[in-house]
Amino acid sequence: MKNTGAWITVTLCILLWVMTTGCQKKDISGASIQVKGSDTEVNLVQRMSELFMEKHPAAAIAVTGGGSGTGIAALINRQTDIANSSRAMKQEEIKRAKDKGVDPVAVVFALDGLALVTHQSFPLDALNLDELAGVFKGNISNWKEINGPDIPVSLYGRQSNSGTFIFFRDYVLKGDYSQNMKRMNGTAQIVEALKQDRGGIGYVGIGYVVDRQGKVIPGIRVLNIAKDAGSQAVSPLDPENVKSGLYPISRPLYQYTNGVPAGRALEFIQFELSDEGQKIVVKEGYYPVTSEYMEANKMLGITQ
Amino acid sequence: MKLQNVREKGIHLFFFITGISAVIILAGIFLMLLVNGSRTFHEVGLSDFFLGTEWNPSAYEKPSYGILPMIVSTVMVTLGAMIIAVPLGVGTAAFISEAAGTKTREILKPIIEILAGIPSVAIGFLGIVLLGPLIARLFGLSSGLNAINGSILLAVMSLPTIISVSEDAIRAVPKDYKEASYALGATRWETLIKVTIPSAFSGIVVSVMLGVGRALGETMTVLMATGNAPAMPHSFFDSVRTMTATIAIELGEVPYDTTHYYALFAIGAVLFLMSFCVNLIAEIATARHRRERV
Repeated sequence: MKNTGAWITVTLCILLWVMTTGCQKKDISGASIQVKGSDTEVNLVQRMSELFMEKHPAAAIAVTGGGSGTGIAALINRQTDIANSSRAMKQEEIKRAKDKGVDPVAVVFALDGLALVTHQSFPLDALNLDELAGVFKGNISNWKEINGPDIPVSLYGRQSNSGTFIFFRDYVLKGDYSQNMKRMNGTAQIVEALKQDRGGIGYVGIGYVVDRQGKVIPGIRVLNIAKDAGSQAVSPLDPENVKSGLYPISRPLYQYTNGVPAGRALEFIQFELSDEGQKIVVKEGYYPVTSEYMEANKMLGITQ
Repeated sequence: MKLQNVREKGIHLFFFITGISAVIILAGIFLMLLVNGSRTFHEVGLSDFFLGTEWNPSAYEKPSYGILPMIVSTVMVTLGAMIIAVPLGVGTAAFISEAAGTKTREILKPIIEILAGIPSVAIGFLGIVLLGPLIARLFGLSSGLNAINGSILLAVMSLPTIISVSEDAIRAVPKDYKEASYALGATRWETLIKVTIPSAFSGIVVSVMLGVGRALGETMTVLMATGNAPAMPHSFFDSVRTMTATIAIELGEVPYDTTHYYALFAIGAVLFLMSFCVNLIAEIATARHRRERV
């Protein structure tokens, strides 16, 4: 065929066009709602959605994880109705959303304490934030440098799409993680690895270290944390410490929607903030929202 | 007559398009990787990219885009896998085609093929809960999520390919060669080592290259079992983070049209070129293999 070359060019161009422009938009159907994002929140929101669907049999809510960054990216690309995020959206993300005509609105529906977990045989009781920063930045490479045993430090953290990864870095380290920190796929993997590793330390949402009865799961130890060398180290296992702010590493858990939530998404968020929803929050190992956040939610017109 | 002519042309065109679609898809993928990947270098220097030892695009302080540790990790894990899988695979292939009885062979072959069908997530999971703790205890390490773990798992995954392709190659060695060898008084072992395997050598090379390709591109298993620490690995007992794992971890959350986004495509292009070279070697070996046999 003499115009083979022309055909190849045409087909190639079409293919390239499809590859570079394709799959940008996906319609969200009205009947079911998609909730996507933070792995810290996924179990909690999953449980909430199950109870919500029991009450509203017509509702369909699909909850998936993937990390806060993944959820926020999906919200910006209009691929989810609600984005779970364990960190606030970054300035540049908000700008990108606005550029695409998405107006992110945040609701805080629970609080989370970040627990520092080690092997059960780890001899130190408590660390302060400065020591933690030194350890995770890689400045402290052996536990004996901070009066611990003579074992090399082995770090476990999340991957960069995790809100926990960003929160811990920006809030505790205020610098970059050690390049030697192992980047684990999910919180459960960090816990699994720490059960084996005598020199290991990792950070996980408090909901992942206690069982349904509120007891620490076997094989690991949860450290007490102090704000600085002069203050008292407290345990995140006592909800009062987190609520009062005495435990220094706590954070709000967000849900972002495009504009003030409406319809099913609004009903669902109202359910999460109701007394019943907040009871589930406590049951799953997280902490109920404080009055400041409830005020903010009222201002949005979400609750009365 | 005219209608017929048009129909003929149409049919011709249809088969032509189906015929070259693989070529077009391949070219399209490569161009997409190249076009997107090349935009990285508006902001990152070539030597910083290929020789930099730190990869931290979403850094708290200053982002860095060095992919050398990843290349080293990928090569290390693949090489380790081959060191384990090649002797094991070629040995198994030789056993199946030369030594095993018909019954053994009929049981063994389907089992090996089933091995190829195990999903990579399942193998990665085994790496976390079984192999990792085992390695840690065996070598007295704090953690078993390291290059050797990944290598062993990848060896398991590339074994079926290596076994079945080298078995074909060994079986294809003409009977005359072996009979001549026996006639000269060689034992079965001598015949296998000095006649059969050397004759099948280029076929075995093909099998190894296909195995390398499998190991190079595997993502989920290494992502789960090697710990993903981005630091430059110094030994097989260090945690590693391969190129595939980096792309898989970061592509989901990366903002579009940023240097980070393009850098991931550039990694993809480098990986593509690596596996292209491996396939090229396999192709050349196949061609030689065919010529030898004729």
